[in-house]
Amino acid sequence: MDSALIPRGVKRCSLWQFLLFISVVGAVLLWGVYAMLLCWIKGLNQTNMNDYYGFAIWIWADLAVIAVGGGAFFTGLLRYIFGKDELKSIINYAVLIGFICYSSALLILAYDIGQPLRGWFIFWHANVHSMLTEVAFCLSCYFGVLTIEFIPLILENRQIDRVPFFHHLSHNMHEIMAVFAATGVFLSFFHQGSLGGVAGVLFGRPFAFREGILIWPWTFFLFTWSAAACGPCFTILITKITETVTRKKLVKDSAIELLAKISGWMILTYIIAKTIDTWYWATVTAPSLGQTLMDFYSNNPLYGIWILFAEIVICGFVPAAILITKKGRKNSVALWIAVILAVVGVCINRWVMVLQVMAVPVMSFDYWAMYFPSWQEIATTILPVAYGIILVGLAHRYLPVFPDESELNPIETLPAEEEETVEPPVDLEQELKPAGA
Amino acid sequence: MFPFSFEWIWDMDHVVFMGGLWYALTILGIGMTYCIIKAAIDACRGNDEHHH
Repeated sequence: MDSALIPRGVKRCSLWQFLLFISVVGAVLLWGVYAMLLCWIKGLNQTNMNDYYGFAIWIWADLAVIAVGGGAFFTGLLRYIFGKDELKSIINYAVLIGFICYSSALLILAYDIGQPLRGWFIFWHANVHSMLTEVAFCLSCYFGVLTIEFIPLILENRQIDRVPFFHHLSHNMHEIMAVFAATGVFLSFFHQGSLGGVAGVLFGRPFAFREGILIWPWTFFLFTWSAAACGPCFTILITKITETVTRKKLVKDSAIELLAKISGWMILTYIIAKTIDTWYWATVTAPSLGQTLMDFYSNNPLYGIWILFAEIVICGFVPAAILITKKGRKNSVALWIAVILAVVGVCINRWVMVLQVMAVPVMSFDYWAMYFPSWQEIATTILPVAYGIILVGLAHRYLPVFPDESELNPIETLPAEEEETVEPPVDLEQELKPAGA
Repeated sequence: MFPFSFEWIWDMDHVVFMGGLWYALTILGIGMTYCIIKAAIDACRGNDEHHH
């Protein structure tokens, strides 16, 4: 029924199967929307936030999706600025994943501010001494960049591309995409960094406080670095999951391996810097503020020293060691483990920099304040995941997200079908071979 | 916020922060305007030489 919308030269499941899939995920989405409306209509009393936790699971989710969404700006940098043409195979998907991550981040902020109708205040009545203002500016602008990068992909849908204006618009946007990508890199550098800077400047919170250069604490640079390092791993992870679900090869191995290799070296350099930062903080900064390392990790039910070990060693050095070796990158199981660990690692980092900061007692009368989110907070945090799955499903079905898919999955066409869904593009006809068993 | 807003102060903080925002928005705006106008001209001329 929708065959006229499906890209040429590729095979998709039947419409009813697709609608069933969308319905199941859509039910989860509706659950999240219901919780979101509760928060908007009844207010933030629907959450378990309190005087200790002004930042809670939403801010963690926000920082986490922004970090893993960093794959879009870093892949764009490699593709458009450094000219890594091998990444052509995966750049569309990186942009789509980035678009989902950043739109999710803005959605989460929309319910976290409690009164979204006043969201524009941050632009008009800007507090120019706040790192969060910089985050809001750069986040919004970078979402604009990702939208601009995503539009040509939408315009390349078979039916839309038939309209001459849209066809030319898509082409023209491709031509100057390097300008948009460069702007995106500039914006990403500052908002990723400022998110780390927010934690680093909290001199009343010795767990987070760091020294640095001028107004920028070390966390500023570590956050940008970790996003550039682990973001591509998330792109690879989602690509691998999509390939598993669709049971197809969608991206060339050369693209995955190049991205994994660059990501591996980025993770290694980042985790060395993070280790030095942690060592200096534990031996110099924290003692100068009257605390020792174990003050931050003992006498509480959750935050043991294990979490530091997990973040730096298991989810830092281990994936780096796998990804920098050719053998590790070429082994499918090792690659899966490495990208999962890297993504978990950056999420743990954001968790401790948001939530453990709040948990650690800072006054003599304070206690370890534990927090568990309400079901409304959980539902609204799962909502962007459901939204992302639906958008990936729609994009995969109707847009040419994977330019090498038809080459990697040649299909045998029946004469009657050629005029319908699976007609190969003229320039690829010569390359099509019969499908394997 | 613009310089004519009552909250505006001519200091480095405002110039850097708001200047950075306008700079980014200007690049995106000019870039998109160029693409749209060129697409309209190309479509009117029936120019269809490119493939991507």
